[in-house]
Amino acid sequence: MTGAEIFVRCLKDEGVECLFGYPGGAVLHIYDALYRQDKVKHYLVRHEQAATHAADGYARATGKPGVVLVTSGPGATNAVTGIATAHLDSIPLVVFTGQVPTSLIGNDAFQEVDSIGITRPCVKHNFLVTDIKDLATTIKKAFYVATTGRPGPVVVDIPKDVTAQRAEYYYPPDVSLRSYNPVVKGHIGQVKRAVQLMSTARRPMIYTGGGVILDNASEELIEFTRLLNFPITQTLMGLGAFPAPDRQFLGMLGMHGTYEANLGMHNCDVLIAIGARFDDRVTGNIEKFCPTARIIHVDIDPASISKNVKVDVPIVGGVKTVLTDMIKLIKGNGFKTDKDAVTEWWKQIEEWRGMDCLKYDQTGDIIKPQMVVEKLYQVTNGDAYVTSDVGQHQMWAAQYYQFNKPRRWINSGGLGTMGFGMPAAMGVQIAYPDATVACITGEGSIQMNIQELSTLKQYGLPIKVITLNNGYLGMVRQWQEFFYDKRYAMSYMESLPDFVKLAESYGHIGIRVEKPGDVEAALREAMTIRDRVVFMDFLTDREENVYPMIPAGAGQNEMILV
Amino acid sequence: MRHIISILIENEAGALSRVAGLFSARGYNIESLTVAPTNDPSLSRMTLVTRGTEDIVEQITKQLNKLIDIVKLQDMTAGSHLEREMMLAKIRVANQQEREEVKRFADIFRGRIIDVSEETYTIELTGSSSKLDAFIQNLGKIQVMELVRSGIIGMTRGETTLSL
Repeated sequence: MTGAEIFVRCLKDEGVECLFGYPGGAVLHIYDALYRQDKVKHYLVRHEQAATHAADGYARATGKPGVVLVTSGPGATNAVTGIATAHLDSIPLVVFTGQVPTSLIGNDAFQEVDSIGITRPCVKHNFLVTDIKDLATTIKKAFYVATTGRPGPVVVDIPKDVTAQRAEYYYPPDVSLRSYNPVVKGHIGQVKRAVQLMSTARRPMIYTGGGVILDNASEELIEFTRLLNFPITQTLMGLGAFPAPDRQFLGMLGMHGTYEANLGMHNCDVLIAIGARFDDRVTGNIEKFCPTARIIHVDIDPASISKNVKVDVPIVGGVKTVLTDMIKLIKGNGFKTDKDAVTEWWKQIEEWRGMDCLKYDQTGDIIKPQMVVEKLYQVTNGDAYVTSDVGQHQMWAAQYYQFNKPRRWINSGGLGTMGFGMPAAMGVQIAYPDATVACITGEGSIQMNIQELSTLKQYGLPIKVITLNNGYLGMVRQWQEFFYDKRYAMSYMESLPDFVKLAESYGHIGIRVEKPGDVEAALREAMTIRDRVVFMDFLTDREENVYPMIPAGAGQNEMILV
Repeated sequence: MRHIISILIENEAGALSRVAGLFSARGYNIESLTVAPTNDPSLSRMTLVTRGTEDIVEQITKQLNKLIDIVKLQDMTAGSHLEREMMLAKIRVANQQEREEVKRFADIFRGRIIDVSEETYTIELTGSSSKLDAFIQNLGKIQVMELVRSGIIGMTRGETTLSL
């Protein structure tokens, strides 16, 4: 078989159903091999960045690795933003980049770039294949590394001549690397110490992140949380792992977290951090973070533990197995929580919750962006896959769409990549053709990958684009309002396109909504259209802000509420 | 505090740049770095000297361990260990007095003169970094024309080994 045929066969044997990509000189042999088979479906994007985001959305929604194929040079560099996005959120991707023939590497050849060098700081690992005999094993290793331990993107750079050479096909059923042995099982002694600490807690808080979703540990988390009757908050990346409408859920924490979640964090005496990494958007000023808490931290990545915040009971292990072990101990004889103290604690929390920090005023004839998200939640019965871009709309989506299930909320949390939402939604819709997939976005973000309306048309993907159009780069404007005396430098979007006509020119449906009373009907109508995109342009309150907000440098107890 | 971290790393193209890249990306400092193959041709051994608080050095070792190419590592400074550095110094010896003085210093520091020209001695000296520093200091006004140091290599004392 040729290298190109081996490549395609490896994907098939790996169980890859689809990949996202864009052809070019260095990968022409591979595209020819793809053309001559029908097992692995290739989706042609309009820009390589979108290929990585689409694969990323596919991976987040399904738990399977996303696969990307791009050419050398600009193909690879365009993919870098998507690779870095996946890296910061620990999403399993395998990205194949074409490379110039081995004989030309280092010669500044046409469309040559050092893809290994450029991607090194934003991948979990990368490989350059210089020998056809290594191709299949390297592909196996790439999938293994991407999907195990703390997942992440892996780049495989394949020179063009390797795809033309011939070798016997052998795809190893499994592979091991002597230098890579991720720990899954948590140290049982540490688990016991943690559970012991939970039993003494008077003001406990559970704080969970994306790790719970990545490890498919939602069921275990729900059982654990219910058994303890402790309050739970989740990070932006963790939403959906515990059902949002539940009484025990205090909402998201952090910079735009709820009053009750942030005050709960600030005042707790035992903090149980699970699959979360104490990101600066969560902790606020680290000096003021959880001043009275003893901290338990469960994470599969030892480097995440005590990186930002010193913890008292570190547990390196997979969230699912550690939670299972904890549940066993909690259900065992002799475990008791301090019920009286926890009841008192709940009273305090309910008082904070009574502030209703997410309330907003939808009177008058201007659409409030929060209302659009709430209506979307109602119209979809909380059952949609929701992707977002980055900015105010992202925060409103996180605050007002009550995620019931894991893998339904798909956004770029770590890198904060504008332009992520629509291609990610594409990947989700491909994974689940019958599901409702909505992309909540802004008029700024959507223009960063607007070309994908063409891809969506080609494959008949009926995603719902919900643009909260306030004519500003809203989050930038909000910061400029608060911290730069309203000097709105470059945060105003002039010369916006007519999104309705733009959508129509791609063969989709465009709807402009200007009145609060029309929001629900427009959303309901959009849900009935199943063969193309419905692009909804909601003209919303121009200067609405995201509240609550913890300003930079402040502690979690120092929120701006309105 | 100064830490010596010994690393066994896959002997593959790009492995060194993964380590160097990690240090620059995360703002850790490298005082010296040496790397060469070992008796197992598939492995290279790297010795890295860095400075930082205990928290930073803990992060450094964790982040290094995360690199897929790194097979094993050890913070030598945690226990009793040996460390050596080699130096070559080309020294101007313009007259009889300087020749004698430099020869005497070399003997005292157990160095060896490995090359001689009309007006130069090249001295090879091995030892701890502070010993090499002391040698240079003692030369006083005698001119050092060129100097190269290998960076530190190290090993634990006794039975423990860093091997597979």
